Amino acid sequence: MQALDDLKNEATAAIASAVDAGALEKLRVDLLGKKGRVTDLLKSLGQLDAADRPKAGAEINALKQLLNGLISERKQFLQESAIREQLAQERLDVTLPGRFEPMGSLHPITRTIERMTDFFARFGFQVVEGPEIEDDYHNFEALNIPAHHPARAMHDTFYIDDTHVLRTHTSGVQIRTMETREPPIRVICPGRVYRCDSDLTHSPMFHQVEGLLIDDDVSFGELKGIIQDFLHAFFEQDALAVRFRPSYFPFTEPSAEVDIQCVKCAGEGCRVCSGTGWLEVMGCGMVHPRVLEMSGVDTARFQGFAFGMGVERLAMLRYGIGDLRLNFDNDLRFLAQFL
Amino acid sequence: MILSENWLREWVNPDLDTPELAHRLTMAGLEVDSVTPLADGLSGVVVAEILSATPHPDADKLRVCQVDTGSETVQIVCGAPNAAEGLKAPLAQPGAKLPGGIKIKKAKLRGVESQGMLCSAAELTLSDDHDGLLALASDAPVGMPIEDYLDLNDTLIEIGLTPNRADCLSVAGVARDLAAATGTNLTMPVIADVAATIDDQFPVEVACPPKCPRYLGRVIRNVDVAKPTPLFMVERLRRAGIRSIDAVVDITNYVMLELGQPLHAFDLDTLHGGIVVREATENERIVLLDGEERTLSEGTLVIADHQKALAMAGIMGGEGSGVSADTRDLFLESAFFAPELMAGKARQYGLHTDASHRFERGVDPELAYTAIERATALFLECVGGEAGPVIDVSSAADLPQRDAVSLRTSAIEQMLGIALSDSELQRMFAALGFSVVAGPTAGEWQCTAPSWRFDMGREADLIEEVARLYGFDNIPARSLGGNAAATVEPEHQTPLSLLKHRLVARGFSEAITFSFVSPELQRLIDPELDPVALRNPISSDLAVMRTSLIPGLLGAAAHNIKRQRPRVRLFETGLRFFPDATFTQRPSLALLMCGSRSPESWSTKSDPVDFFDIKGEVEVLLAGATGALEFRATAKPGLHDGQTAEILLDGAVIGVVGRIHPTAASDLDLPRHTCVAELDLDAVTQRSVPQYQDISRYPETRRDVAVVVDQTVPAAEVLALARAAAGPSVSDALIFDLYEGDSIAKTEKSLAIGLTFRDQSRTLTDEEISESLAQVIVSLQEKLGAKLRH
Repeated sequence: MQALDDLKNEATAAIASAVDAGALEKLRVDLLGKKGRVTDLLKSLGQLDAADRPKAGAEINALKQLLNGLISERKQFLQESAIREQLAQERLDVTLPGRFEPMGSLHPITRTIERMTDFFARFGFQVVEGPEIEDDYHNFEALNIPAHHPARAMHDTFYIDDTHVLRTHTSGVQIRTMETREPPIRVICPGRVYRCDSDLTHSPMFHQVEGLLIDDDVSFGELKGIIQDFLHAFFEQDALAVRFRPSYFPFTEPSAEVDIQCVKCAGEGCRVCSGTGWLEVMGCGMVHPRVLEMSGVDTARFQGFAFGMGVERLAMLRYGIGDLRLNFDNDLRFLAQFL
Repeated sequence: MILSENWLREWVNPDLDTPELAHRLTMAGLEVDSVTPLADGLSGVVVAEILSATPHPDADKLRVCQVDTGSETVQIVCGAPNAAEGLKAPLAQPGAKLPGGIKIKKAKLRGVESQGMLCSAAELTLSDDHDGLLALASDAPVGMPIEDYLDLNDTLIEIGLTPNRADCLSVAGVARDLAAATGTNLTMPVIADVAATIDDQFPVEVACPPKCPRYLGRVIRNVDVAKPTPLFMVERLRRAGIRSIDAVVDITNYVMLELGQPLHAFDLDTLHGGIVVREATENERIVLLDGEERTLSEGTLVIADHQKALAMAGIMGGEGSGVSADTRDLFLESAFFAPELMAGKARQYGLHTDASHRFERGVDPELAYTAIERATALFLECVGGEAGPVIDVSSAADLPQRDAVSLRTSAIEQMLGIALSDSELQRMFAALGFSVVAGPTAGEWQCTAPSWRFDMGREADLIEEVARLYGFDNIPARSLGGNAAATVEPEHQTPLSLLKHRLVARGFSEAITFSFVSPELQRLIDPELDPVALRNPISSDLAVMRTSLIPGLLGAAAHNIKRQRPRVRLFETGLRFFPDATFTQRPSLALLMCGSRSPESWSTKSDPVDFFDIKGEVEVLLAGATGALEFRATAKPGLHDGQTAEILLDGAVIGVVGRIHPTAASDLDLPRHTCVAELDLDAVTQRSVPQYQDISRYPETRRDVAVVVDQTVPAAEVLALARAAAGPSVSDALIFDLYEGDSIAKTEKSLAIGLTFRDQSRTLTDEEISESLAQVIVSLQEKLGAKLRH
């Protein structure tokens, strides 16, 4: 069947060179359609001898199958290459920057306050806030600092009038809490405070976080424990040396100032710690019974501790900020570093 | 307070080196601020005597001296005016080192060899005195190393004392506490009573014993005030930062440093009649030692004679009654003034003296006796004279009482978490000068404080002493137990922290500006309000409390624009302060935007931000707010008249949003398109707790309609009316186009409204929707004069 072989060769070549889906379909109709050449061959089988028919039929059918297969292979090939070509045309320079509104940033002071309050929240301390123009009673008297007490001189107070000041600490919030809530009390009081002092290391406005715990069985030992744990967590250094040093605050007794091993020089002595190897980071103590009494806490049943820390100081140590004033310049080149 | 370590060690000498000593002081509550070696690095300087001094052949101001070093005679060229035969002065020999690292070598000065350098006090860092050689006493042993002669191997220990520890404002006081803290013996110098050798007395009357419960005086006649103060005393005063005046004043200061008792010496001849300790009369005038006249107010305690006020009691002596070069006879005062009545008095007159510092905090009332004897003995030794008997005017009833205070060991355990043995407890309190008696019940002690402690009124004060001596380091840290109620923040409020993080994610950076602003900036934004002013502002541009957060943000934006950061998005939260009777302080949130809408990019060209950018941010902030949000055109000082809206929530004004006024922009060097907003924080953080609504399973249909209305008709009104008229099946309504232009009148605008219809329970028919749309059109036509646009 030379004719069959010729048709096979011709059709195979034609299918392989079909350039698109249309050309391929036309070939399919020409070959395998109702009036296609292979269909015609099948129709002409009846003219053959009965003895030759099965063989010829089988051969034609084999050709039909072969061509069908070749056509669908070619069809798939053409589809795939069309997609490839489309993708190639849509190629982008993926190194060009994306389109976005850049992130802003949270102020390092806020970020630091959040880390502090998060820590204490885990121990059940609730955040409470209060007024910044504070009356003399809540800022001083109720904290065992009567008029003319020498401790007032340490406060450099901004005065509004005879009985109102800009709060010099957030301790007034603790007093208000004791006045209105029954123990046990666990509160943490972050906020702005004000002292009439301005130089390289003092800002007339800064931030404090103070805490108060009043309970029936809590001692200086628990105070040491939670402060140590806090400082270890805050600086993420479990071996950071923490030292409690006797001090004096009118509202706590015993009172302690808390020093940490200098985080800059690891206690070797450097400019940051004035060569001492220690950095003073906070004050704390057992709440003075007079303070508890004035705020209506039953001192026969309850005692407690309080602590306070300067947020700027801890933020600056944590992030290596060398100049206090950067905190209030609001320079975007500074703020953007605290993503 | 600065202490000489050597002096302290004369009183108490624990087996500790200097750093350890300083550490123990700090850990006992006497915080050591600094430890400074005196004359650090000094060597090779000896006491020398000038044998002769002749003019330098080639220099008018120099002299060539032959100097005895104790072992040889050397030639020294010297320019000091006081270099003269017979003077003893420090000599730095070749190889000597001076403080500060200067090394001395042989040198030729104008051709004449000098084998070293004779030194001034400044060169040894003993004082600032450059004017001549440090003249040493005539009995100074030639050849002795100067550091031995002047006791320069010493360290200055600076202690920052807390106000409760007035008992440590002296060498004796610090020594007493250190002895207790280290268990070391205290070596008190022997202070014997000085027997009177004359009978002279001087009348003393105390008119107000509650303020001056004890006044001791003594007449000392025939002193020689020309005599020099002993070198050791000058040096010790100098090391404590006190300048030598004359022997009499130096001795009173020395005793104050040593024992803690402020003393005052009057020139007896200037006193008239007798001493009266009384309150000043209103407007009584006095000239103090500083030469300034002060007008006294009633209640200020003065030391007067029978004619006039001489001194402000316990604060400062007066001019004219103190010791002068002519003084022959002294009247020495050693008194106790009640601390609670002294408090704040010095400050009232702008004064702060060594005496007032001590008296306000409390001076041991019994110390007056010891101190007057100590000073008398030193007077007789240094300036001669004869002492009369001590005149004692004391009012026992007004002296501070030291009552026994009960201390329970159970309270110590409860407060500190430590158990103390009886013997340990007794040792501690004995070392601190307390008397301690057991009882009346088991585990209870009666402790009576010594006269020098003013801070021991109750049990907690005693427990603090236990903690201090036991050592804070030795109190074991314990972990905090339960009793804390677990809480969750109330859900009907957006936590402030979440709000801030959302703003950050939208590109805003958080600013923190001062709560006080300049009155001018304040006036720019809020001219109607007279802000709360500070009585004592730190500066005139931080003088009033802000009534708005906007001025602070404008300042911060200007700061950034000056530094080539033109695209600024800032927010701040904080209080606004209102000048009403109760000083209302309202938590607020402010936003500022300026610069391009999008950051500069290869893909997007962007215009500057405008009103709708910041309004959009406000809308996003308030997306979860409870209640109906409304923006209403308004005018506000500092803001653009046509581009400012007040923000209302359920009809109540909760804030303002707008573009800043062009005048304000140019005043502050800000771009004219700068936009700001300020909101009450409470309104922003209110939200409702979500209540799930069924999601409709039926399809929605969108229909659009365009209407032309007058320019003055607010779009919000058109939309609200359309929505209301469309009936309950409208699920969403929006304005998707605004047209102003040639195809309609100049006074008109065209708004395209998209309405989405959907029902919860069925598919709406075309007829129903068309009916709704027709109602919308009719309503807009009738109520707003709208025309349908085709």
